[in-house]
Amino acid sequence: MPEDTIHRPNMDVNPLPTAQLTGDATAEDIDSIRRRTSVFVYEWPVRLWHWGNALCIVVLCITGWFIASPLPTMTFAEATYQFVMGYIRFAHFAAGQLMTVGFFARIYVAITGNHHAKQLFYVPFWNKHWWAEIMFEIRWYLFMEKEPKKYVGHNPLAQVAMFFFITLGTVFMLATGWALYAEGAGQGSLPDLVMGWLIALVGNTQVLHSLHHIGMWFIVIFVIIHIYVAIREDIMSRQSMVSTMISGHRTFKDDRPD
Amino acid sequence: MSQIETFYDVMRRQGITRRSFMKYCSLTAAALGLSPSFVPKIAHAMETKPRTPVIWVHGLECTCCSESFIRAAHPLAKDVVLSMISLDYDDTLMAAAGHAAEAALEETIEKYKGNYILAVEGNPPLNEDGMFCITGGKPFVEKLRYAAKDAKAIISWGACASYGCVQAAKPNPTQATPVHKVITDKPIIKVPGCPPIAEVMTGVITYMLTFDRLPELDRQGRPAMFYSQRIHDKCYRRPHFDAGQFVETWDDEHARKGYCLYKMGCKGPTTYNACSTIRWNEGVSFPIQSGHGCIGCSEDGFWDQGSFYDRVTDLTQFGIEANADKVGLTAAGVVGAGVAAHAAISALKAAQKKTQDKEEA
Repeated sequence: MPEDTIHRPNMDVNPLPTAQLTGDATAEDIDSIRRRTSVFVYEWPVRLWHWGNALCIVVLCITGWFIASPLPTMTFAEATYQFVMGYIRFAHFAAGQLMTVGFFARIYVAITGNHHAKQLFYVPFWNKHWWAEIMFEIRWYLFMEKEPKKYVGHNPLAQVAMFFFITLGTVFMLATGWALYAEGAGQGSLPDLVMGWLIALVGNTQVLHSLHHIGMWFIVIFVIIHIYVAIREDIMSRQSMVSTMISGHRTFKDDRPD
Repeated sequence: MSQIETFYDVMRRQGITRRSFMKYCSLTAAALGLSPSFVPKIAHAMETKPRTPVIWVHGLECTCCSESFIRAAHPLAKDVVLSMISLDYDDTLMAAAGHAAEAALEETIEKYKGNYILAVEGNPPLNEDGMFCITGGKPFVEKLRYAAKDAKAIISWGACASYGCVQAAKPNPTQATPVHKVITDKPIIKVPGCPPIAEVMTGVITYMLTFDRLPELDRQGRPAMFYSQRIHDKCYRRPHFDAGQFVETWDDEHARKGYCLYKMGCKGPTTYNACSTIRWNEGVSFPIQSGHGCIGCSEDGFWDQGSFYDRVTDLTQFGIEANADKVGLTAAGVVGAGVAAHAAISALKAAQKKTQDKEEA
């Protein structure tokens, strides 16, 4: 141990025994925790994707709403020179295309980036200890536990939410969205070659519109919970939440081993 | 068996001039999107090829397909087609009835084994062994299977034969089933619509006669030349859609100005058909031009997509009055309220803990 540490060397203690299993702490993280109270978790591409994706979702929800339920009719020019619905649709399609590129970039980052960048794309379904920790997290949110555990990456419950709402939710929205876009792009276009099969599978694209709508609400519900929990845990848990997605560093409020 | 007449023979027999015949050929070429060089080919095919025998059977249907068909914009087409069908079999249009009609069916199948086209209007109900549709004393499904066995190809006329239409709408008590789910071993062309456009119907038949093959079909088995684009893509009111100018209520100022009917539930953006280009009744008009939105009659299960007057359609799974936005908004509201309550309890708990800590200290 270096002499200049503010932490007392205590090599007999094994910090974060649970987090090593499912809290996404690597051996290096544990070593880091012995020396300082913060762990570098999210590299810049992950943080950039997070905020860019969030912006896309906001734009997509608002413009998507106004595509299905358009603004009141306005006439400030001849129809030829007026493009209100056109611009709304443009913003929707542009945000959707950025989100698509972002999602594939995020998969690339999961492959090439650090260990924590992978957590979004799997659920450790067969890990018994992970299930026990989910139960602990549920009890924590039901006010049945006095104190939460410390996690370096996502806690198990958050990981489930991320996986189902964001990973699967995004795949669903991109698939249905591109299939709907293929309608306008026309048969034989690239979007049609990639996603046109979904139109034939569903049969009537009115159904596809409804599914795309439900998908939007699925993600809106996630956003409500996600923002609430991030702020709540920032205040009430033993670690940083919001600033971690800005700086990339997870800081801990205490130095107890577990 | 007498020599089978060609189309041209039939036309001339009916007093149609060669000039009118050539006009018909050029219009058909234009309707099929073919270059002028195909006009002589079509004329040649109609002059020389024996007419393709067609057997036209009717299951659960309303006969609107036949009604549309006999109104094909060109009287010539009507004559051709009527003559053709009356020679073979169509229990609605043929002069014969009863046993004589059924004998004609058997004779036609026997005579043209493997060479005739089976046109199906309507669909067979499968529930109760097909007892919900009896023609000629037998369940229609049996007649369909019998006639399909030796057919060269099958045309599914209209939404009924293609997708099921109103009789297959939920809960579909008779288990009305589209043709392609009953006959699975024959090439099937779906020509959906309730009814399909007359010129689309004659166009499909003319194409098959001219080129002796099926037209190019899209993923859903519809002729791509008529069903590859949406009503919306070719709608003459599209500039008002892009401008954001909509009819807000029936008969308002915007309706009089001919603005887009999107907010009145127009299904043009989700309906694949040729109404906005070919139009109806000799190109006079089509629903949107007459001021009413498209109801999506050529789409799969259009009866089950809620009201004809909503863009965000009802989800029958969630009750009659619920659509995706209502369900989503309710769910988001419940979650939002849950979050607020959770935050309140969290704050109370934290305050309680602080007090306890202070007392202990």
